[in-house]
Amino acid sequence: MAQEKTYIEDIERTLYDIKNVDKSKYKSQSGLTEDIIRDISARKNDPDWMLEFRLKSLEVYNQLSLPNWGPDLSELNMDEIVTYVQPDAKMTGSWDEVPEDIKETFDRLGIPEAEQTSLAGVGAQYDSEVVYHSIQEDLVKQGVIYTDMETALHEHEEIVRDHFMKLVPPKDHKFAALHGAVWSGGSFVYVPEGVHVEIPLQSYFRLNAAGAGQFEHTLIIVEKNASLHFIEGCSAPKYNVTNLHAGCVELFVNDGARLRYSTIENWSRNMMNLNTKRAVVGKDGVIEWVSGSFGSHVSMLYPCSVLKGENAKCEFTGVTFASKGQNLDTGASVIHCAPHTSANISTRTISKAGGKATYRSAVKVTKNAPYAKCSVNCESLMLDDISRSDTLPTMDIEGDEADIGHEATIGRISDEAIFYLMSRGVSEDEARSMIVRGFVEPIAKELPLEYAVEMNNLVNIELEGTMG
Amino acid sequence: MEKLLNIKNLQVTVADKEAEDTSKEILKGIDLQVNKGEIHVVLGPNGSGKSTLMNAIMGHPKYEIAGGSLEFEGEDLTELKTFERARKGIFLSFQTPEEIPGITVENMIRTAKQAVTGENIKVVKFRKELKAAMKELQMDESYAQRYMNVGFSGGEKKRNEILQMLMLQPKLALLDETDSGLDVDAIQIVSNGVKKFHNEDNACLIITHNTRILKQLNVDKVHVLMQGKIVAEGGPELIEKIDKEGFGFLQGAE
Repeated sequence: MAQEKTYIEDIERTLYDIKNVDKSKYKSQSGLTEDIIRDISARKNDPDWMLEFRLKSLEVYNQLSLPNWGPDLSELNMDEIVTYVQPDAKMTGSWDEVPEDIKETFDRLGIPEAEQTSLAGVGAQYDSEVVYHSIQEDLVKQGVIYTDMETALHEHEEIVRDHFMKLVPPKDHKFAALHGAVWSGGSFVYVPEGVHVEIPLQSYFRLNAAGAGQFEHTLIIVEKNASLHFIEGCSAPKYNVTNLHAGCVELFVNDGARLRYSTIENWSRNMMNLNTKRAVVGKDGVIEWVSGSFGSHVSMLYPCSVLKGENAKCEFTGVTFASKGQNLDTGASVIHCAPHTSANISTRTISKAGGKATYRSAVKVTKNAPYAKCSVNCESLMLDDISRSDTLPTMDIEGDEADIGHEATIGRISDEAIFYLMSRGVSEDEARSMIVRGFVEPIAKELPLEYAVEMNNLVNIELEGTMG
Repeated sequence: MEKLLNIKNLQVTVADKEAEDTSKEILKGIDLQVNKGEIHVVLGPNGSGKSTLMNAIMGHPKYEIAGGSLEFEGEDLTELKTFERARKGIFLSFQTPEEIPGITVENMIRTAKQAVTGENIKVVKFRKELKAAMKELQMDESYAQRYMNVGFSGGEKKRNEILQMLMLQPKLALLDETDSGLDVDAIQIVSNGVKKFHNEDNACLIITHNTRILKQLNVDKVHVLMQGKIVAEGGPELIEKIDKEGFGFLQGAE
């Protein structure tokens, strides 16, 4: 019988790869020195405490070494990374005021369109600064704040000061320290007690400049019994020099509150994506993570949920797709700190064409968390013999009466399943496609609509017939 | 009568590269003709080649046709891929149906129906038909939205096979031990399903160990397969004889 190999297409990247001429207004020198930090801080008109915070973070950065586990980061040379690129645009609430080339970029990504049809507010960051921000009037009336971090730092200084990098302190790891030193841009969301934001807010991060870093900070506070769905997307065109993304996300979910945080990362294949995300959840609160990692050359991303209040819950749903030249090390961690806290982690990883996908999870149940419940389910699908998938779960249980379950499978598309589908009249390539689509279905149905479409592109399958 | 399936001197070997002896012949020259409107039964001890026969008709890549001919409605099947055979109107009810996570029963059957008919299947009408067929098989409606066979009991999986058969309306249904592992009630339901499916324009080829499923069906012909060969053929009376005496009396026929 003729051997056939199935070729599963990469995500169509043309759209993301269109680059604009670098028309930045200002670029810091490459590398990381105190002078550069002082320069960035002065340009951003930071309050004194923030300059101090940055300088302290730089000190910590210099003291810490690279992580001794996970993907190889040796190709990252901070001396070559430009940490601050100011676009030639002021933050505005009107797309008409956004410079044409930048506006076109976001048009192509469908941001203004989504804003009109399915979002209650939008933020758009280009390189190091946010260039556009909007929020529906009725949300403003209810006291909801959604703005860029710089504006928040000046207009809501107290709140920012009380929360900024309190959940992810700079000494956490080297890239958290780096973030503390050079952070720029990002989103600030504040939802007052009892307010339900029914329609999602979305921020989009675009890195256009070659050899640059993006270090946006996202700070979301959902007060008691309030709720929010926040979506983040990010992309960049491909360059042949290394770009760096070291963002930081801090989510404060107070008692009885609910936050759904969806993010789709589709960086180009020259990106080192070293992102830190953490949520703290109060009594009866719920954090829901939906996380898609499709792009980047190297990723290290393990969103962490600290379940601090009794009965706090975490739902984590993630999908990672690693293709040629990609080493995506993703996962989730949960820390149970109170009685009856529960977490449900469900992930799918696909690897093909020599890509490497690693799932890493850490579940910790402290002694203050009796009756904690945690279920971890991770499934990996390898589409050929040269790709790799690994699963590395760790558990540290101190609490009594904990109910912890872990299930992991690593597999390939089974020939018997293909035969079964073909016996129903489905062609071989469609059968493979169905199996891959079915594999990611539990995740795809959680994604925001426009990203679910992207996900479908992912399993666009072509059959290449070769005589073998 | 119109000939549907025409098998002549069929020899089948295992094409599995991992198998130690790739030249191992499992079917050693089978002759079998099935006409429209007929129900045929293949009996035989374990390992006699019954499932191989079904899989070879359906085109499982693990098996290779080493000789003889295999025709469906006068057309050579051997060069056709499995899905092409399905589109010609052949259906296999699996002994061990596969689980396909993420694909609902409804989506699976609708996709299959579109594939075999080549037509765009309208959702509303399709749902109505599916619901009716499920009722027939005493399947809870909620199963339409469950993933294919995932978490189904053995009996539920078999019912799901019959459901697909009823919905796809093949010309030739191959039933590979569809009754195995079922309790008496379930056998009754499956048997009713087959009875409902069967008419003058189609045919069934049934493999079974359990003759109970055959009680309500008008079996036309019985073939006894042993060690890759058909050693006896006859009418329904052969079923009763084997039921009582086992295959022992046929040993000499080899």
